Order: sequence, then structure tokens, then C-alpha cells
Amino acid sequence: MIVVINGESVSLPAQIVSVSDLLKHYELHEKVVVVEINGEILTGTEHQITRLSDKDRIEIVHFVGGG
Amino acid sequence: MLKIGPLLFESRLLLGTGKYPSFTIQRQAVEVSKTEILTFAIRRMNIFEPSQPNFLEQLDTSRYTLLPNTAGAKTAAEAVRIAKLAKASGLCDMIKVEVIGCDKTLLPDPMETLKATEELVKEGFIVLPYTSDDVVLARKLQEAGCHAVMPGASPIGSGQGIINPVNLRFIIEQAAVPVIVDAGIGSPADAAAAMELGADGVLLNTAVSGANDPVKMAKAMRLAIEAGRLGFEAGRIAKKRYATASSPVEGMSIG
Repeated sequence: MIVVINGESVSLPAQIVSVSDLLKHYELHEKVVVVEINGEILTGTEHQITRLSDKDRIEIVHFVGGG
Repeated sequence: MLKIGPLLFESRLLLGTGKYPSFTIQRQAVEVSKTEILTFAIRRMNIFEPSQPNFLEQLDTSRYTLLPNTAGAKTAAEAVRIAKLAKASGLCDMIKVEVIGCDKTLLPDPMETLKATEELVKEGFIVLPYTSDDVVLARKLQEAGCHAVMPGASPIGSGQGIINPVNLRFIIEQAAVPVIVDAGIGSPADAAAAMELGADGVLLNTAVSGANDPVKMAKAMRLAIEAGRLGFEAGRIAKKRYATASSPVEGMSIG
């Protein structure tokens, strides 16, 4: 399936079904990240139950230094 | 104690986490500053480099209240979205509303700041809007239900100190919520001056992270803010035009 992650088009392997799978795939599952799919912001508990679909627009954000 | 919404803090110094020379220096600076509130920005992650170091991961988050900002937002809608992204982390309920209306001066957009504040208060956030030193806007933000107002001393990162102490004092006098002077602080004297005017706290970043010795400056800022607060509570003497002797004028063994 083809999705857009942080503005970049990415082809995902077939075994990636949920947001949790996606985060594991990119080794982000132990990091503090927030995921938004097609404008819907997810809490951590929703990662497991949220399934990905072709053409999803995914934003993955985190906390960086700032004032 | 500094009380913001339901939260109580010993320290009146809020510290930004941007632009330090290294994470080691940053950790030390945070430690000696004795701050309890750290600001952060929310940005896209580089998913192709998951091992990139991140200051938040090196921090014992149970010791600090995180104050994410909405920096990057130019509209209320964008600020609200960033605030919701930050809250979805489960790490914080506080948000620094920062809606920039001018790229050159980084001064806030007053209308969008007010709109974002109204909406985030409704959503149940603890809302701390960054604002200019506009006295009426500060009052309107307060009426909108914000939990602290954060007027800038001077433009962000400029280090010019307090350029309008008159307005700042008006804002402080009318405020029923804490006033935290945010942005433009350059030196410990600036921070102390803000506290002597009656500010409830100071938020600064570049003044520490950009100093030659950020760790020493973090300590200096902590002491300046403590000194300024004590001075405010003690109540300074009135200024007089002419001298008044400190020593008794009676009983001199001269003449």
C-alpha cells in the first residue's frame, strides 16, 4: 500500500496493517511520537486498533527543542 | 509559589529547550536553573533516522511540567491542531499559544492568538498565550479564560530586555492570572527587572542557551529571578530627587 508520511510518498510492506505495525517498522514504537491520520489525531492507546489504508496521509510528530 | 491553573511551582523560571550547544550542557543548565517547566516545540519526525538524539528522551519527565508551544502556527486553527497533537502524547495539558503574525519581528498575531486561546480553553487545556505588551489584549485573553498571560519583553531572541516597562506594569496591575514575561530577556538584570515590576515568572531560552557559558547563565537567571521577586515582595523605596543622609544628623562631634 502507498501512503504519504510527513509529506513523502512511501510504499509499505503488506504485513503493516495497524499504526502500531507502522511504528515498529520504523523503530519508533518506544519513542514519544504522536500520529495523525487524514487529520485525525490518535492517542497512544488507539495505535493498536487503528488500521491503515491505501493513500492515507500520515503525520508523525514529536517534541523538539523550542522556546 | 507560582500557581498556573491547578498547578503549583516553587520556581518562577520557565526555561526553553532550543539551540543549546549540546545535550550535556543543556542537561546541566536545566539542572542548575531549578526550573520546573520546560517548553518544547512540536515538529515532524524524521522517520528514516529514528536513532537521532532527542532531549525529551534524556529527561526524567516526572520531574518537569512540559509546556509545548504552537510555534510554526500562523492561524488559530493551526495552533489548535498543534496543541491537540501535543496533548495526544499524554505528557501534558499545558499549551503555550504562539501564533506569529510577522516573520521579521516574530510578533504575535493578536486576533488569531485570542481565537486560539478561546478555543483551547473550551477544549480544557491549561492555556498560556504568548502576546505582545498590549494591555487591552492581555485583558481580553484573561477574559477568554487563559491561565496566565505571557507578554514579550521585546522581540523573541533579540535580548533587548524590557522595552516598555510602562505597559508591562499596566498588564501586571490589571491581571487576575499570573503574568509571565516571555521573550526578549537578554541578561539577569532584565529578568530581575521583570520580577521587580511584579511579574509572576519569566520564560526565557536564548539568554541561557546562547550565552558563552549556558550553565553559569542558567544559575545567574535563577538567582536574578529569586532576587527580583524578593525585591518586589519587600517593596522598594520611593525615588527622591535629592539626597537623604543614612547616618544621623544629630550628635556629630564636629563644629
